[in-house]
Amino acid sequence: MTRFASIFAATAMLSITAPVAAQSMQGMNMPGMSMPAKKKPAAKPAAKAKRPAKARLSPAKRKMPAKHSAAPMAGMKGMEGMDHSSMPGMDMSGSSPQPAQGAHQDMQSMPGMQMPANGQPAAQGAQQPMAGMQSMPGMTMPADQHGSQVMPGMSGMATMPGMTMPGMQQTGTALAAGNAPAPAPPMDHYADRQFAPAEMAKARHDMMVDSGGKPFSQVLFNLAEYQARQGRDGYRWDGEAWFGGDINRVWLKSEGEGGFREGVESAEVQALYSRAVGPYFNLQAGVRHDFQPSPNRTYATVGFEGLSPYMFEVEGALFLSTKGDLLGRLEGYYDQRITQRLILQPRVELNLAAQDVPENRLGAGLTDAEIGLRLRYELRRQFAPYVGVSYVAQTGRTADFTRAEGKDPSTTSFVAGVRIWF
Amino acid sequence: MSRIIDRRQMLRGAALAGGGLALSAYMPAWAQTNSAGLTTPLPTVTGNDITLRIARQTMMIDGRASRAIGINGTVPAPLIRLREGQNVRLHVINDLDEDSSIHWHGLLVPPQFDGVPGISFPGIKARSSFLYEFPIKQNGTYWYHSHSGLQEQLGHYGPIVIDPASTDPVQSDREHVIVLSDHSQLSPEAIYRDMKVDPGHFNYQRQTLAGLLSGKDQRSKDRIDWGKMRMDPTDISDATGPAYTYLVNGHGPRDNWTALFTPGQRVRLRVINASSMTTFNVRIPGLKLTIVQADGQNVMPVEVDEFQIGVAETYDAIVTPSDDRAYTLVGEAIDRSGLARATLAPRAGMAAEVPALRPRPLATMEDMGMDMSAMGGMEGMDMSNGDMSKMRGADSTAEKNPSAKLTTPGAGMAAGAMAMSGMTPGGSAMPGMDHTGMSPGAMASGGSAGGMAGMDHSAMGGHQGGTGAMDMGSMKMRDFSKAPQVKKGPGVQTISPMPMDRTGEPGQGLENVGHKVLVYRDLMALTRNPDVRAPERSLDIHLTGNMERFMWSFDGVKMSDKMEPIPFLEGERVRINLINDSMMGHPIHIHGHFFELVTGHGDHAPRKHTVIVQPGGKVTWDFTADAVGDWAFHCHLLYHMHAGMMRTVSVRPRGEAV
Repeated sequence: MTRFASIFAATAMLSITAPVAAQSMQGMNMPGMSMPAKKKPAAKPAAKAKRPAKARLSPAKRKMPAKHSAAPMAGMKGMEGMDHSSMPGMDMSGSSPQPAQGAHQDMQSMPGMQMPANGQPAAQGAQQPMAGMQSMPGMTMPADQHGSQVMPGMSGMATMPGMTMPGMQQTGTALAAGNAPAPAPPMDHYADRQFAPAEMAKARHDMMVDSGGKPFSQVLFNLAEYQARQGRDGYRWDGEAWFGGDINRVWLKSEGEGGFREGVESAEVQALYSRAVGPYFNLQAGVRHDFQPSPNRTYATVGFEGLSPYMFEVEGALFLSTKGDLLGRLEGYYDQRITQRLILQPRVELNLAAQDVPENRLGAGLTDAEIGLRLRYELRRQFAPYVGVSYVAQTGRTADFTRAEGKDPSTTSFVAGVRIWF
Repeated sequence: MSRIIDRRQMLRGAALAGGGLALSAYMPAWAQTNSAGLTTPLPTVTGNDITLRIARQTMMIDGRASRAIGINGTVPAPLIRLREGQNVRLHVINDLDEDSSIHWHGLLVPPQFDGVPGISFPGIKARSSFLYEFPIKQNGTYWYHSHSGLQEQLGHYGPIVIDPASTDPVQSDREHVIVLSDHSQLSPEAIYRDMKVDPGHFNYQRQTLAGLLSGKDQRSKDRIDWGKMRMDPTDISDATGPAYTYLVNGHGPRDNWTALFTPGQRVRLRVINASSMTTFNVRIPGLKLTIVQADGQNVMPVEVDEFQIGVAETYDAIVTPSDDRAYTLVGEAIDRSGLARATLAPRAGMAAEVPALRPRPLATMEDMGMDMSAMGGMEGMDMSNGDMSKMRGADSTAEKNPSAKLTTPGAGMAAGAMAMSGMTPGGSAMPGMDHTGMSPGAMASGGSAGGMAGMDHSAMGGHQGGTGAMDMGSMKMRDFSKAPQVKKGPGVQTISPMPMDRTGEPGQGLENVGHKVLVYRDLMALTRNPDVRAPERSLDIHLTGNMERFMWSFDGVKMSDKMEPIPFLEGERVRINLINDSMMGHPIHIHGHFFELVTGHGDHAPRKHTVIVQPGGKVTWDFTADAVGDWAFHCHLLYHMHAGMMRTVSVRPRGEAV
């Protein structure tokens, strides 16, 4: 590339003084330009130029980490093997075997040729080669915004039938953009001049609310199921409801279970304020109240829920009771699509306690864990009956409390229910 | 959902059979239409005084009644036929119980008549009327539609044809207007909410375990990699086949709307995509399409076999059917979940084979704005991701809408086989395959590489990579330093690390179809552009979104969060760079202006009012801000606009500027 560039520079008449060109052509990609010279000279120098070019990269207009500035070169490397024969309509008639002349001529035979890109001068790829480019009339290469790595539109050139069409001038879209400042936004609304401003203000407000500002709500029961287990069949639910916009929402959560003979064993409701804190996660804070087991408890809650990498729906929360007890919970599930409508959902829930809470028969540490596997069929997205199996095991001192009551600290249930939302 | 439709269809089928149409059982599916082919031309209004009455109505689609909003009792609304140079007065009566409006898409009109409530006028109140009056300063194919709420989805759209004042440079013996659209039994509000609360709600073509086990789509390593990025490569379009029936001139695929021709005639098809959400791939197997106009502006004729038409774009194509037989016009939804179908035939009552829906495409790394081919030593990665998985075929459980039943299974195989055969000989035979100059050699290595060898995925989750020259560390998926103007927030899922100009590519899923597909770079204005000055400045606008939350915006800011317009001075010539930071294509439309695409054609740049910015790609245009006023600027996917992907653009006289 270095060699190539100097050849350009030598042949070029106008090349010397070109701050503008140097600026507006950064980021463009030499190997592409070498196409008229046919393949061989194009590929090799491009690869070689990698190092020296990198060294010249310093005078960046914008702060840019080193790894970025190297990008243009990497791009060139990618271009190496470019198949020039696949460019129909590219006029190569004037090409001579000598790279220098040939190149120049061919460039001229492409008036109006143009590599559009983003205007902001950014990375400083190949400044030196640019100098040579200047001798090509109408060839404007506005820099790619990010100093990018690729000659934008190179791929398109392969299919540019109009490349040598007559009537193509070095004007219009072939010209580089200047850097005039943007005007300040006006303070008024133009339609206020033609219609009653009050009426327009209302219409404007409605239009804005209508364009991204409307709230939504959803009620979702991920679990609503019958649990068949030895001796004491029961039921279980785990659901949530929310109302609000994209960022701020009010969130209600409820989960619990019971037996058909014993009645409700546990039941909790959380009322939360939820705020989107990233593309995938919501932070949530509020209160939780346990109606069962007794004595019932109220907690302050802070937690999160969202979509983790690898597409796991995860949820976690800390609960601080009015008695000062600290509990925690982690939940996660994954929807494995077997077909478009048949979905297997492995689910894990861990409950934790920072201390013993004898009144609620909880021991410090991991109090219980649930592993579930549910297979649902989405008749509609909103309505999916399922069957599955759920294994819940209490551990440590919590298990001891349960045993002391004469109950089994671990339970396996076969479940059947429906995942439903509306 | 389609299950329900299917059952109803069966019931209807049984009813029809009982009613004496038992013959239909002996005909191939594609020939079973609800009618003998509807050849009725679109209702047309013309003259200097035109009355349009907006009202609720029902419409029949494939024999099934559907709720709609129409104009003068029809969906699409009547064809408005005008002549360049005339003045027109349009009396619009709103018989709805809600506000409405009409925007004349592509027409250069004074700002108070542009028809965008809240920007150009207050809207047309329920049960009231509004008089639009403006001179017609242009010619070509355009359309009109509601700019209020989600009314457009219900049928509030219609075609406009303006004949030139002098001789039309495009000569034809006959013409047909083809209005493509999507219609749903669901209310538009329900569609919007479903997408908002349940991402991917309408996508029944996802990757599944069944697909993996039968060797379809991505290999497991790629699936894990994409899962890690929390991206779904099957997320090609939002509201799609399961929600929609795709229409031609208001008729379903089974209705078989038919355009007549006499063999040997030059037939001009004025194709308008009046959909709410559907990008169509349009072709007529057996006929070449000569594109002569795009967005109402004449272009140098380009012969193609297929073209992709974004929402709100128009293309005029000349076809010259020489045989005395029927041809099928296919408008395939971009995600291949269904198709719009019409017939070109010498006589009514004819039908031709409907080609099978091709496998739905999978998004590639390039669709996330990662230019794989530009990375030295990583050739082939893109291949393993996209093109190779295309060879593996799409998920076997993928569901299509009922239009798929009209297709002939064998008819699609040809295209598939062609694509496969195109793979073998090497680079030059693969149009569009060679994205940025990958050599045949590189391609071969890509093919054999299989997985994403060499790609450092650990760096993609947002972790800082090393400072190495071009590793994946600099390809972070949400690096705001790549787009400083974008407001950081939950509404921005990704920032394209290396957005490419993709105007030389035929569009998602059309890279390997085995025939010539129109690309933007093929378009060249027939006449010199009216303003050939260099742009005084340039402006980047990022198309941003979060598919998980169905949030859409420009520069990370929703319309609902910002009234402040994007300012321009009267007469100013500005270069706009649209950078797509999302994995979905967006048809971007500016009101009141045409722009010249910067695609290498100097002063013969194609002039358009709407342009698709391909996923992870970018599009550059120059335009002259010559229409003083406030104008809407938005993504023309209806629900994207509704979610906030819109902004006001202001043009003010220079003296007036603050």
